[in-house]
Amino acid sequence: MDWQALRLSLELAFVTTLLLMPVSLVCGRTLAFGRFRGRRLVEALVLLPLVMPPTVLGFYLLAGFAPSSSLGSLWQAMFGGTLAFSFPGLVLASLIVNLPFAIQPAQRAFEAIPRDVREAARCCGMSAMRALVRVEWPLAWPGIMTGLVMSFAHTLGEFGVVLMVGGNIPGETRTMAIAIYDRTQAMNHEAAAVMATMLMAISILTIVTALLFSNRIGRPHG
Amino acid sequence: MRLFQAGPIPLDLSLELASGQVHALVGPSGSGKTTILRSIAGLHRPDSGRIEVGGDVWFDSERSLHRPPETRSIGLVFQSFALFPHMTASRNIEAALGHLPRNQRRARANEYLERVHLGGLGNRRPAQLSGGQQQRVAVARALARNPRILLLDEPFSAVDQVTRQRLYRELADLRQTLAMPVLFVTHDLREAMMLADRMTVIHRGRSLQTGPPMELVRRPADVTVARLLGHRNIFHGVAARDPATDAPRIAWNGLLLEIAPGNNDGRTRLAEPGRPISWLVPQSSVLLHRRDRPSLGERENPVNGRIEGLTMLGDEAHITLDVGAAQPIAFMIGAHAARRNDLRTGADARVSLLADSLHIMEAASS
Repeated sequence: MDWQALRLSLELAFVTTLLLMPVSLVCGRTLAFGRFRGRRLVEALVLLPLVMPPTVLGFYLLAGFAPSSSLGSLWQAMFGGTLAFSFPGLVLASLIVNLPFAIQPAQRAFEAIPRDVREAARCCGMSAMRALVRVEWPLAWPGIMTGLVMSFAHTLGEFGVVLMVGGNIPGETRTMAIAIYDRTQAMNHEAAAVMATMLMAISILTIVTALLFSNRIGRPHG
Repeated sequence: MRLFQAGPIPLDLSLELASGQVHALVGPSGSGKTTILRSIAGLHRPDSGRIEVGGDVWFDSERSLHRPPETRSIGLVFQSFALFPHMTASRNIEAALGHLPRNQRRARANEYLERVHLGGLGNRRPAQLSGGQQQRVAVARALARNPRILLLDEPFSAVDQVTRQRLYRELADLRQTLAMPVLFVTHDLREAMMLADRMTVIHRGRSLQTGPPMELVRRPADVTVARLLGHRNIFHGVAARDPATDAPRIAWNGLLLEIAPGNNDGRTRLAEPGRPISWLVPQSSVLLHRRDRPSLGERENPVNGRIEGLTMLGDEAHITLDVGAAQPIAFMIGAHAARRNDLRTGADARVSLLADSLHIMEAASS
């Protein structure tokens, strides 16, 4: 059992989920209610990581993170280290990979709030911001949570993109999924099995949690 | 209030509401009634116009002024009630009490719940309340801001018939205690007649006529209003004179119809013999001559015809009488009376058109 890899995986999942929360709130709501040009295009872009092969996505991200690229050089100028093959690079990659998992359920949850109810909040004297905090967020919360739980689980198990962008550096980029692959390659099936069981247990737990949240969306609030 | 917009639903009207009065906007679906309400609430921005409430300007296109809904002192009851599903009834009302200090809101919410007869149900969520109870919470929430105008958007369409009757009575009682104007939208004419002091008929975003509901039904300004208010017996004739008395008459279908001496409006329209006019008679003023006993009024404007259609609807018989005119005369009688008089399709019948109910309008252009 590679405890360091488990810790790294959990850290990556937590940080990614935490960063995705405001992203899914803002993007989910904007896509649900915003009527702007290119909305469909943005929706398609958000979905793109879902259909792109992980290695392809990882390849482009790696190219984008390279010190020769504008993002990579900017990062290096600001923080010193490289973006590729580092934990921050891994976080950024997970963030992009998980956009559809986080934003889609949030968008659906916002869309499910009847227009009347949102307008009633304004007619009760609430400012747009107050209506958001007191009416929209509480109603969309189960959907937002579903998205975040899914992202968390997905980050724990992501392999292709992580390998491409992060490689296999113990304590920096070697997550559980990479460690399992690593042990299997080394014919250490026992260690691989222990870790696989661990990841599977977490996945099942996550799905159950996600279902509990999404059930609350369909049920009349009461 | 003046509003104008070209689309998507064209609007062109002005309205004035008096405090304490219930004003109904009546018109078919898509006529722009709800858009008018939403414009007052600030949920919709018309192309041009001006909305002023008690000296406060809420919307003025000339000054590019459009105040957001939360700064307009309104109470709006949505057709769907639009209660906040995640809050209890009490919290729903408290949500509209943002102007009060936090520690006073609960008590005030309870007062409003008592006022709509929902005391003790404050802890229920909307899903745990019946349709009628939800409507009352919505009314209480709309009143909680102590608004300068109360807006009701088809507030009775989402509840069953029995509940509706009870809510009518409650609203009629409640309105006695309200100082602000109440504007309510309905497509149900009976609802407007029961509850409203004044009513405006809206068609394609235009206000066609405003006045007390009974007045509008008795004396619609033109054929369009008459049709929208459910009149079926609308005919076209010519102004004429009685050869003997020189009194005004309607020449129609080979007959000379008399109108009541007190109908000054009608007399004015008939002043010019030979001028085409449109006229109507309410279904309730078409009197069937019974075989078993003659009744008062039979001398007035008798018309002979043949029964073209006879439909039994519950305890009413809906009858159309072919009198040889462009369209038949429609009227209703009790089902038992229809049976006793042996009314059948194809049978001859004789009716009177009561002279005091005939209403003369400008000739319809079409």
